[in-house]
Amino acid sequence: MQIYLPIADLPVNVFLLFAMGIAVGFVSGMFGIGGGFLMTPLLIFIGIQPAVAVASVTTHVAASSFSGAIAYWRRKALDGTLALTLLGGGIIGTAGGVALFTWLRALDQLDLMIGLSYVTLLCVVGALMVGEAARAIIRSRQGKPIELRRPGSHVWFHGLPLKVRFKRSKIYVSAIPVVAIGFIIGFIGAIMGIGGGFLLVPMLIYLMRVPTATVIGTSMVLTFLTMASATVLHAATNHLVDAVLALILMVGGVIGAQFGAHAGQRIRGEWLRLFLGLLVLSVGLRFASELVLRPDDLYSIRVIEGAP
Amino acid sequence: MRRKPGSPAKHQARRAAGRALAAACLVAGLLAAGPAAAERLVVVLSNHHVMITSSYTGENLVLFGSVERDPTASRHGSYDIVATVTGPREALRTRRKQRVVGIWVNVAARTFVDPPSYLAVAANRPIETITNADNRRRLQLGIANTPLPELIHNDIGEVTNDPFRAALVRLMQERGLYIEEPNAVTFLTPTLFRAAIPLPAQVPVGNYGVDVKLFADGVMIARTDSAFEIVKVGFEQFVVNAARDHGLIYGFATAMMALMTGWIASIVFRRD
Repeated sequence: MQIYLPIADLPVNVFLLFAMGIAVGFVSGMFGIGGGFLMTPLLIFIGIQPAVAVASVTTHVAASSFSGAIAYWRRKALDGTLALTLLGGGIIGTAGGVALFTWLRALDQLDLMIGLSYVTLLCVVGALMVGEAARAIIRSRQGKPIELRRPGSHVWFHGLPLKVRFKRSKIYVSAIPVVAIGFIIGFIGAIMGIGGGFLLVPMLIYLMRVPTATVIGTSMVLTFLTMASATVLHAATNHLVDAVLALILMVGGVIGAQFGAHAGQRIRGEWLRLFLGLLVLSVGLRFASELVLRPDDLYSIRVIEGAP
Repeated sequence: MRRKPGSPAKHQARRAAGRALAAACLVAGLLAAGPAAAERLVVVLSNHHVMITSSYTGENLVLFGSVERDPTASRHGSYDIVATVTGPREALRTRRKQRVVGIWVNVAARTFVDPPSYLAVAANRPIETITNADNRRRLQLGIANTPLPELIHNDIGEVTNDPFRAALVRLMQERGLYIEEPNAVTFLTPTLFRAAIPLPAQVPVGNYGVDVKLFADGVMIARTDSAFEIVKVGFEQFVVNAARDHGLIYGFATAMMALMTGWIASIVFRRD
């Protein structure tokens, strides 16, 4: 069944979109991430303009992370104070990201910028994750205990002023690096149409020493708040959010996420991280090949806005 | 902006009367002109308002036409028809990628000043066989003879043998927005013809002009035009207007929709 998307200006198959929503939802439920970094490239692949894809996926990610956040909240597995502190930086970052997005679009270089940020970010993060997970697997094979928290390590930015006690996460650190992390996530999220969960979780675990028990729930709270505000900002400035597209994706997404979460519980943590790392890395390499290989068509056309 | 016909009935009646008078004068003039007036061409479109609804996947517009023979003129050859449909104009940029430090980047670009966003040329046989090159250029027959002026250093002009122009035409043809069909016009009888004009799913909304030219023995003997409009209606129209005119409210509504979906899902799939 075809449906005409009002903002993207093209008809697409509803079932295809729905299936994409379920598939990405499955992955996001399994790894506890938003799944934006998979959904945006998929939408671009089926012919939706990158700018519309990025803007609409923020809405999709807001829905899936909100349902996740509620589930974690019921189990009391999230840190509200930490999430709100991150959000402070997140909103400023999102506004900055949306502004840069608007500016790059006017310069003809938005597609390149989206491509480049995907390549660098996904390849680096993917490679780090694969490396870390592989080491953890080898270590557990050799019978050594898995160390999630390196004891006694105290990094310089933990000692900055404005110390805050995050009770549920059992950490006592400066608010400055927390706000900075929120800023980075919000900024990247607005440009790339990703929630940044796959970035935020490792940052909170390795940099801020947040225990794994609260990290995913907290990350989901931040993701849904930044993505909901990114939706509003994208809609208000660029008018590119396609509500119909977003609705089909999010309905598929929340259903898929339930099955994904089930599947995820049966797999061991380090293997899960290895799979996620490989997934992230392969999407990054896919983008890299597009930038490096000679394109089929050297020419492309673009409508200039503002012209009658 | 379209003007709404909100004038009172009396005014309308007067206008209609005026129109009838003008038509009568035209017919009288045609008759008075005698043999030089030759054939007349009448065309009608299957649809003057193409509506884009949520189930829109493209449409075929049908153009019917009739040639009213001039009894005084004797022609041995048959008639030829070339119909040109031109969509709303919009500025386009054609960009060319080039390798810069290992990656492919848009480096060169040309701006085309208001090329048609849709261009369909339908004829009953290849245009080259209908009339000579001179006429084709003068009457702008076919995509190759349609002017696509470019912006060159604050100047506007046609560039011949321009790879950017060729790329623009090729890309638009790939999207089904530039069409040249040498057999889209079918003569049902020697004077009655029909033409099918495909409107693909990605057609831009706006006003479209239809220009039909009648040829006999390689000479244009009559010409007429018509128009139609492609509009988004109903829900599609509502969403577009809301997104464009009330971006902030639209954004809040969309964000709320996302949160509602997430909340409903968490209730439906609750596992405790």
